[in-house]
Order: sequence, then C-alpha cells, then structure tokens
Amino acid sequence: MPTLVENVGRRTLNLFDYVGGLTLQLGAGVRALGAALPIVGNRNRWKASVRQMMEIGVDALPMVGLMSLCAGFILAMQGASELKRFGAIRYVIDLVAVGFTRELGPLLTAIAVSGRSGSAFSAEIGTMMVTEEVDALHVMAFDPLQFVMAPKFLATLIVLPCLSTLANACGILAGWIFMFFSTNIGFGLYMRYALDSIVMHDVVSGLIKSLAFAIIIVQVGCLEGFRVRGGPEAVGHSTTAAVVRSTFLVIVADAIFTAIFYFTGMS
Amino acid sequence: MPLISIRDLVVEYDGRRVLDGLNLDIEQGETMVLLGGSGSGKSTLLRHIIGLERPRSGQVIVKGTDIARCSPAELKLVRRSIGVAFQSGALFNSLSVEDNVALPLREHTALAPSIIDLMVWMKLLVVGLAQFGKLRPQEISGGMKKRAAVARALALDPEILVFDEPSAGLDPIVAAELDDLILLLKRAFQMTVVVVTHELDSAFRIADRIAMLYKGSFLAVGTKDEIRSSQDSRIRKFLDRIPDTSAHFQSAEKDLERYLQGEMVLQ
Repeated sequence: MPTLVENVGRRTLNLFDYVGGLTLQLGAGVRALGAALPIVGNRNRWKASVRQMMEIGVDALPMVGLMSLCAGFILAMQGASELKRFGAIRYVIDLVAVGFTRELGPLLTAIAVSGRSGSAFSAEIGTMMVTEEVDALHVMAFDPLQFVMAPKFLATLIVLPCLSTLANACGILAGWIFMFFSTNIGFGLYMRYALDSIVMHDVVSGLIKSLAFAIIIVQVGCLEGFRVRGGPEAVGHSTTAAVVRSTFLVIVADAIFTAIFYFTGMS
Repeated sequence: MPLISIRDLVVEYDGRRVLDGLNLDIEQGETMVLLGGSGSGKSTLLRHIIGLERPRSGQVIVKGTDIARCSPAELKLVRRSIGVAFQSGALFNSLSVEDNVALPLREHTALAPSIIDLMVWMKLLVVGLAQFGKLRPQEISGGMKKRAAVARALALDPEILVFDEPSAGLDPIVAAELDDLILLLKRAFQMTVVVVTHELDSAFRIADRIAMLYKGSFLAVGTKDEIRSSQDSRIRKFLDRIPDTSAHFQSAEKDLERYLQGEMVLQ
C-alpha cells in the first residue's frame, strides 16, 4: 500500500514528466512547423494543413456561431437585468462588445475546438500508435511530428483566431438582437456604440489569447495521442484526457493572460 | 563484412533484462529467421534492428553505421535502405492501397507522378494486388493487407526487407502464399531478409539460417539442418511442440500450499 508521501511524490514526478514532455514537444513542434508552410515547406504537408483547416475551422463554423449567439443573448440579458435598474441599459452594448472581444469570443471558441478537434487529434494519433502507423512513419524515414503534428499545428494557429473573430461577431450580433427588441435600437447605431467601446488593445489581447489557446489545444491533444500505449481502451482514455487537460489549461492560461493584461494596463 | 551486425546487445525495461548480450551477424543476401516463443525477445530485437528503440548497451551496425549511436540524419539514411512489413500491416487507413505504396516515393524522390504511378503498379503487381490499388486498407482482407504492406516496404527498393510475424493471423494457405512471396522477393531482388516468427513451418521454409531466441538469449544460430538436429532440450521442446507446464504447475502447487498454511494472502 503506497503511503501518502509516495503518492504525492509519484504525482509530482508525473506532473514534471507531463510538463517536460509538453515543453519538449512544443519546441520540436515549432521546428517542425516550417515543413507545413506553403512555398518554403513540403507541398504535401501544406495540402494536409489546408485539409485540417477545413476540418478544424470550416466544419466548426455552425457550432461556434450558434454557441456565441447563445452566449451573446445570455450576457446581454443578464447584463440588462442589472443595468436597467440604474437606467444604464445602453451599456449592455459595451458589456457585450468588450466582453466578447477580450474574453468570451476566444474562450468559447477554444473550448469548442478543444472538445471537437483536440479530442480528434488525440484519437487519431493514439490509433496510429496502436496500429503501428507511427512506427511505420519512423522506419520510412518520416518525422511523425512533421508528418502528423505540423499540419494540425499550423491549421489551428491560423483557424482559431479566425473562429474567435467570428465568435465575437456572432456575440455582438446577438447583443444587437436583444437590444433591438428591448430598446428598438437600429443596427447602425448599435454598431457605432459597439465600435466606440472597443479599443485596439481588446482586439489584440483577444487574438494573443487565441494563439496561446491554439498552442495548448494542439500540443495537449497530440501529446496525449503520442503517449498512447496498449489497445483501443488507451485511445479512449487519451481522448478524454486530451479534452479535460486542454480545457483546464486553456482556462488557466486565460486567467494568467487576463491578469497580465490587467496589471500591465493593457485592459 | 556482414550487412547487419549485432554486438553485445543488452535491452532492459524497468530493470528487467529483455535481451541479454546478443551477438549476431546477418550476411548480405541471406534470409535470417529470428525464431522463438512468446516473450523470448524476438520482436524487441527486431525493433532494435530497424532503429525504433535504442539499447541500454551494445551495438546494432547496419551497413557500417551503428544505429544505436548514430545521428538522426545518419539513421534516416540507413532507414531508407530498410523496408519493414509490420505484423498488423500498419497501412494508413486514410489512404488507398496505392497511395500507401506511393507515399515513400512521393516524399523521398523527385520522380514524375506518371513514373511513380508505374512503379506503384509494378510493386502491387509483384504482391498480386494490382487490381486492388484503389481500395482502402479497411476494405481488404488480412492477407491482402500484409501483401500491401510488403509492396509499401518494397517501394524504395530497399537492400534489407524485414518482416514481423508475416504469418500471424492468416490461414495456412494465405500464410504459405506469403512465404512464397518472401522467397520470390529474395530470388528476384537478392534482398537480405530478416523475419521474426514463431511459425515453425514458415521458418523452415524460408530461412537460410535461423537464430533461436529463448528468454533474451540465443540458444543457437545455424542453418535449418543444424537447428533441426539440435539436441538442446529447450530447442527440442519448441520444435516438438512440448508444452512447458511442469515448472508452472510446481509453482502453482507451492503457492496453494503457502496460501492454505496462511503464509500468503491473495492480492
């Protein structure tokens, strides 16, 4: 029966092992990224990246759009119920516009992509590990990081900020629909107020967060996949772990970034 | 000078010695069968010969390069002269059979697409799958998958062809067909062939020499006749298919006695 100290020690070592693995993979992944670039990289990897962009981005458009519309309505309604007590219902526009651009757009998108694509990365690579396809890549003198991970990495880095921008637009649109039925405000005036409330820092901080979330989702999903040992059951575990860990790390990273932006006066 | 030379190879997993100081030379153009029961270490040895794992100590010299110590670039170069047909086939399920075979040619050569198509057709013709190139791996039988894996292993005309359990999971007729294919490839292309198997019929049919593994050590390395006439009791047990139950039952009997006397608890 392991003692408490042994358990704590083992878990600490596992944590260091995981963080170390993630860091090493990130370094190797950044080096492998060049292979997926157009013109200077490998043509086949770029084609794979475009396919990934379609799967991660285009296929996720309805889901991200709908989630953001719903979240926009919720935020506007919750905000309005408090703000109207002070006769400040107009500030719902600022709340939705700033809230989505800085925070909700990137975060909701990252959670959706983590659940949808992070799990798919892990399942795909995990299955390749189980069926010896990764070994086959090694013996055919391919680098699995370039072959499997680089297209996913590049695609997510490009697609996540785009999806976040769409999420922002949908959230702000939902805010207008609510405000239209509450105050009969026109779309042009609503957008003028919304754009007045947003500054460039908000947009940039949202995009920086999106890039960080993209790195987390790809690296965690791929690491969980590459660590699969055993059979199909292990693939299932790794898929669950990929979603849980990447979502957790996305929220932790969001808190850190928000704190940095807050204390440095960027927000 | 042998094409593959293994010197004092020691492999350990979690302190458990799996291969214990192995020495073996495989000459150019010969078919070496690594024969042994389950857990004897033959698959581990194979993974070291193809550079998928690095040993604790010892050398694995392939074409004059110690692949246990060489740089990644040197390993990549050596790997291009080795074709591997994995036990499960390890074909990429997202690609058709012909795309699987074409993959190494597209990635490692600058050949025109029409030449690659021709070469792929020829490789598939050799393994009897010329009419099945458009199908996906999940649409063909187990035997066909193994032959497709051989076609992919042949894509870059390797000097060394490695088979991991070629007959495993196949009916006797398909297994015999695969043996014929190995013999044909050796005759036609003068390849050096390394086969890991526990199938006696197959081993004695295709081998020039057999290395008999037992608990991580070679019991004997010799020609088919030398192995057949061996008087080593462990080799005889394997060749005559005598189950090794006495030691197992003695141990179980002792455990039961200790349990009944209260000296042992069930875990």
